[in-house]
Amino acid sequence: MSFTNHEWWGLIHGMGFGALFLLAFAGGLADLYSLRSKLLTTAGVTERVRRLKIGVVAMAVAAWGTVLTGTWIVYPWYRAKTPDSPRSQLLANPATADWHTFGMEWKEHIAWLAPILATTVAFIVVYSGAQLVRHDRVRRTAMGLYVLAFAFAAVAGAFGAFITKVAPVQ
Amino acid sequence: MTVNDMTEPGTRRNEDAIPAGPDKPEGPISAAILAAGVGALALGLFTTLAEASTSVKNWLQWSDQVGPLSGKTIMAVLVWLISWVGLHLWLRGKTYETRRALTLALVLIALGVLGTFPTFFELFAPE
Repeated sequence: MSFTNHEWWGLIHGMGFGALFLLAFAGGLADLYSLRSKLLTTAGVTERVRRLKIGVVAMAVAAWGTVLTGTWIVYPWYRAKTPDSPRSQLLANPATADWHTFGMEWKEHIAWLAPILATTVAFIVVYSGAQLVRHDRVRRTAMGLYVLAFAFAAVAGAFGAFITKVAPVQ
Repeated sequence: MTVNDMTEPGTRRNEDAIPAGPDKPEGPISAAILAAGVGALALGLFTTLAEASTSVKNWLQWSDQVGPLSGKTIMAVLVWLISWVGLHLWLRGKTYETRRALTLALVLIALGVLGTFPTFFELFAPE
């Protein structure tokens, strides 16, 4: 029971960084949503803002980790010009070719929007800090961008999981 | 922006929970939001241009192993960061509302997503 080097990096990319980003999303969104003066005491605001800052920065780091390991480590193995590479296997069969021509082609690009947006949200939270409590418009803007970052990561993650199921990097 | 402008409608504020101190200008937040839109648009643009032109595709192939995706993503990130710095310097002391920035950024992000959508960029592929 062991993994190859390629499989380890696939796990780090998808189930490490990627899953961390997607799973942490709900907690971050709940914190952003509830960062309202009517729901919190002063001590609550201080604690919540500190936790939120750590959370959004960690999520931005996870998003960058996901796309950097995906693009620069795992993707070259996926697209290797050998008959047994996942890309070659998918394209060799008309029934699976769309997993590459649509799924992978979209995933490899749209995934990069997630870290850009996650970094923007992290900046907003770190810059605004406890002021987010009284700036509903800014808080809602951050929430909107945060949801978008998640949506793009979810599209990329879902296609990644499906493609790995059909033609895994080994 | 004032506190009253941004209090959620229909809610009463717990004054004790609101941190004291002057408001920071909204300009840097708007700059970050707009830059994200510019970065997204750049990614979509490079993706579509690489499909439409073989010379652009070859130029963007900064790594043989990664292919044109290397140049597309590095260029998009560079455009994002440079635009962020420029917009930050321009807006840092200004009261540029985040609502305006978000509206514009969402349009740019939508165009960027369109540019990365295979069904769209394949329309520009050479015959």
